[in-house]
Amino acid sequence: MTAAVQARRVTRMRPRAKVAAGILGLFLVCAAIGPLLYPYDSVATSVADRLLPPGSALSEGGLAPLGTDQLGRDVLAQVLDGARVSLLVALATVLIGGFAGLVLGMLAGYFRGLTDTVISRIGDIQLAFPSILLAILLAGVLGPSVLNVIIALAVTRWVIFARVVRGSALETRDREFVDSARVLGVGHLRIMWRYIFPACVQPLLVAATVQIGLTMVAEAALSFLGLGVPVDQASWGATIANGRDYLSSAWWIAAVPGLALTIVVVCVGILGDELRKVTDPSERERA
Amino acid sequence: MIAFIGRRLGLAVLLIFGAITIVFLALRVIPGDPASLILGSQASEAELAALRTELGLNEPLFLQYLHHLADLLRLDFGESWRLGADALSSTLERVPATFTLAGTALLITIGLGFPLGLYAARNAGGWGDRLVSYSSLVGQALPSFWVGIMLVLVFASALNLLPSTADGTIWGLLLPAVTLSLPFLGWLARLVRNGALEELGKEYVRTARSKGMSERVVFYVHVLRNTLTPAVTVLGLILGNFIADAVIIEVVFAWPGIGSLLIDSITNRDYAVAEAAIVLIAACYILLNLLVDVLCSYLDPRISLEAV
Repeated sequence: MTAAVQARRVTRMRPRAKVAAGILGLFLVCAAIGPLLYPYDSVATSVADRLLPPGSALSEGGLAPLGTDQLGRDVLAQVLDGARVSLLVALATVLIGGFAGLVLGMLAGYFRGLTDTVISRIGDIQLAFPSILLAILLAGVLGPSVLNVIIALAVTRWVIFARVVRGSALETRDREFVDSARVLGVGHLRIMWRYIFPACVQPLLVAATVQIGLTMVAEAALSFLGLGVPVDQASWGATIANGRDYLSSAWWIAAVPGLALTIVVVCVGILGDELRKVTDPSERERA
Repeated sequence: MIAFIGRRLGLAVLLIFGAITIVFLALRVIPGDPASLILGSQASEAELAALRTELGLNEPLFLQYLHHLADLLRLDFGESWRLGADALSSTLERVPATFTLAGTALLITIGLGFPLGLYAARNAGGWGDRLVSYSSLVGQALPSFWVGIMLVLVFASALNLLPSTADGTIWGLLLPAVTLSLPFLGWLARLVRNGALEELGKEYVRTARSKGMSERVVFYVHVLRNTLTPAVTVLGLILGNFIADAVIIEVVFAWPGIGSLLIDSITNRDYAVAEAAIVLIAACYILLNLLVDVLCSYLDPRISLEAV
């Protein structure tokens, strides 16, 4: 795809997708360089500044735009730090789960037979098991850490990617150009890389976009339950759990991170929708 | 039909067996040494050795697995060290609370999802239709545990209308059930809407209209009946998801069901109860899926003919 074509596609995006992309861009910037933009420590406590409502002045000067929690920690700083963890977990999970799903899905779809049966049956068994339960079980056994959350969530996601990729691989493997490559004596690995893989990329990307949103919610849920990110690290889920105990006195602690999560997830959903429309010609005609 | 049900039942048993295997692997293989996981890092070497012998951890893994399967077949999930009782019966005690919650959520979903979907279909393209579509999209994206907390904030803390946690009354049931139902309510509404619109485009509708039937009769007599069949079958799937999602919602509202028990057990390393709870929830989920398959094939005999 040339830059010009890409640019045309961007300008063809519907307004609501542009807004979503803009908000997500802001989220990415905040997650990447948040501490530079807003130099407050999310874990620094201050007894004098407990439970201050949004917009309050702090005891040593300065402002808490989104208020403080029961230990005087700044809520905006927590949200910015939480954005970083949320993004890190979502990207890593989708990368690892997506890679595993890509490899296994291609193997299953390309070789069919026993390979396919084994991979697909394992996937079926796993999908018969509610994914949130599996994530809770794995995260609980592994113990709270960012890496463990990523492992637990990647294990629950690979199946979804594998299914998508397997479908595309199955469809492509019997096309004429693959047959002719086979006749010319091209090896399996090379066929998979040159001919099968490109056909799997677009559906994989669409699935990955959707999964980024779902993974962010799952990470927040695990951290909310105390099974995700460790207590000394900020996470939207953990901040929401903390704010639950102060609903009547300080609603902003629970409300703000949840609102941030909701907005980001809805924007990811809108963008995923747009991506599907752009990449799938049949969807485009219907739109 | 019988052959179809038999095959599906066999598949369900296999899937439950698979779920048990996944839980076994997670609890026995990942931690390295389950004994130190259960006793914590302060345990002495003698205590660890005693527990290892008790749990049979010195045996080869495959033998442990077979022993474990044999125990589970006798419905022996082990003792809960925390509750000092049989793990399975402690879990079963919590079942009615979870089923009450999931059942109420299902009633809310049906009671609002069907009318909203039908309304949207009758007014397709209008602002009401668009509102239903958008709110269902947002409803599915919302993190439900946060929505639950926000509902508590509005209805319990600010307005003081409803209790924030389970208090044994029907009012305490309302907020958790609504929270649980929200994502699927919009989903069902969209399903009903799209189903009804698809039916409206079919030829029997044109025939009915050309006979001079009123639009109301066409919609509520002919279209509605054909829309209900596929929508009714997803209710089983929705109920299965409610039972799984209840794990988090029960924690939000301190609801005394299987889910809050599961989280308590996992955080307290009470793995006998955790396993019983997970296997029980997974079994409910799998059996509800089975029920949906059977219901589908009963309502539409073509399905079982194709599958056999």
